[in-house]
Amino acid sequence: MKNLVEVKNIKKNYGKNEAVKGISFSIEEDEILGLLGPNGSGKTTTIGMLLGLLKPTSGEIFINGQKLEGNRIEILEQINFISPYIELPKKLTVKQNLTVYGKLYKINNINERIEFLSEKLRLERLLNNITGELSSGQKNRVSLAKALINEPKVLLLDEPTASLDPEVGDFVRSFLEEYKKEKKISILLASHNMNEVTRLCKSILMMKDGIIIDKGNPEELINKHGRKNLEEVFLKLSRSKNELN
Amino acid sequence: MYGLFLRHFYLITRSFPRVLDLVYWPTIQITLWGFISNFFATHTTYYNNAVGVILTCAILYDFLFRTSIGFNMLFLEEIWSRNFTNLFIAPMKIGEILTSLVATALIRALIGLIPAVLLTSPLFGISILDLGIFLFFLFLSLYLFGITLGILVSAGLLRYGPSFENIAWSTMFLLAPFGCIYYPIEILPEVFQKIAYLLPLVYIFEEARNILINQTVDIQNIYYAFLWNGVYFVLSIVLFYYSFNVAKNKGTLINMGE
Repeated sequence: MKNLVEVKNIKKNYGKNEAVKGISFSIEEDEILGLLGPNGSGKTTTIGMLLGLLKPTSGEIFINGQKLEGNRIEILEQINFISPYIELPKKLTVKQNLTVYGKLYKINNINERIEFLSEKLRLERLLNNITGELSSGQKNRVSLAKALINEPKVLLLDEPTASLDPEVGDFVRSFLEEYKKEKKISILLASHNMNEVTRLCKSILMMKDGIIIDKGNPEELINKHGRKNLEEVFLKLSRSKNELN
Repeated sequence: MYGLFLRHFYLITRSFPRVLDLVYWPTIQITLWGFISNFFATHTTYYNNAVGVILTCAILYDFLFRTSIGFNMLFLEEIWSRNFTNLFIAPMKIGEILTSLVATALIRALIGLIPAVLLTSPLFGISILDLGIFLFFLFLSLYLFGITLGILVSAGLLRYGPSFENIAWSTMFLLAPFGCIYYPIEILPEVFQKIAYLLPLVYIFEEARNILINQTVDIQNIYYAFLWNGVYFVLSIVLFYYSFNVAKNKGTLINMGE
């Protein structure tokens, strides 16, 4: 399988504070890679660097074979991002928001794309609603539609189901599984929901204090650390000294 | 009560733009109205033969104000709606973002300006069109300076985050005393005159008064207005790109919060 994301020894310093201390990983096409770690472990910084919002202090990032540095615009056309901490303009209708982003991503058949995503994400009846008046679950699905408007090859998800009820959370997870399988995209999933990570991710990176302290598939990690589930592995690693460098 | 006081006290002391905001508002208001009062006290007959000069200058100043604030508003809207990150991960060059904001700010300013211009004639019997063909150059010059200020403030927002917002609202007031909008430059102390001559505003408003009062055109004023506009415009673009790079290093683009 081809690697759509390749990260080579990236570091990020904020003054004297080393937020990310030289991490490397790759994501194959048709793969969901889980990025776990306690708050302040460097997950958001890593995602920020992959999105070109943060400049790595050193190291290289390749997306679909292209180096991020010097090809930011071409790469941004191929990736997208969803996070509960960013929102779409609240006063616009759902359709207006999706149209705006369709234009920004230079999508040719915007209406067809919106129709397709609306159907997939159960948004048909919400298209003319004001985005700010939607429930959390509905807003989440609209953000997901925005994140898929450009048919990204790489999707970065930062806690995509945070604050969602179990039914909507399950719908979003099922959708992501199906979409990834159908489109063969790469997904980086940062989440604190261990059941979600166990269900969706083929492999996992555990980060702490800016380094990757362990990696493997969920089952391997559970067996390796002699725990019952991924949550216990997470707690063990979060509370222990760094295991791998 | 003390807790609430502390909440705001901590916020203010941790933010340089907020401290600056507290200090310069009273200073600027006193300075501006001081010069205006001084002018009317010593030049009581200056505007006798040119009804509407003040109103015309007010409309020109308002256009500048609308353009600059309009540009800032477009940028701030993205921060307030927490859409900022979405915008900066879209495949748009910085130049494309700026160009679209510049064009949108013009439309916003014109929407505000046209009714004001149309109202002055029936209400006060004054037409800003009395400035003739040179009105276009004056507006163009004001538009350029308004956009320049907008870009400079947006660069500050990128660099310092939303706490720079207060500066966004008050840049025009900060420059108003030096702009000589309602009085000739001679009214300013010599040191202030030297500063004023470094701004395009003084040339624009001096020329507007010159056309309306003396019925003559001084091309040199228009030339200097464009010259300084060019200098500041290029400077603002350079500063915006610099701030964008600083924001990428500091992480401001992903942490655009309080």
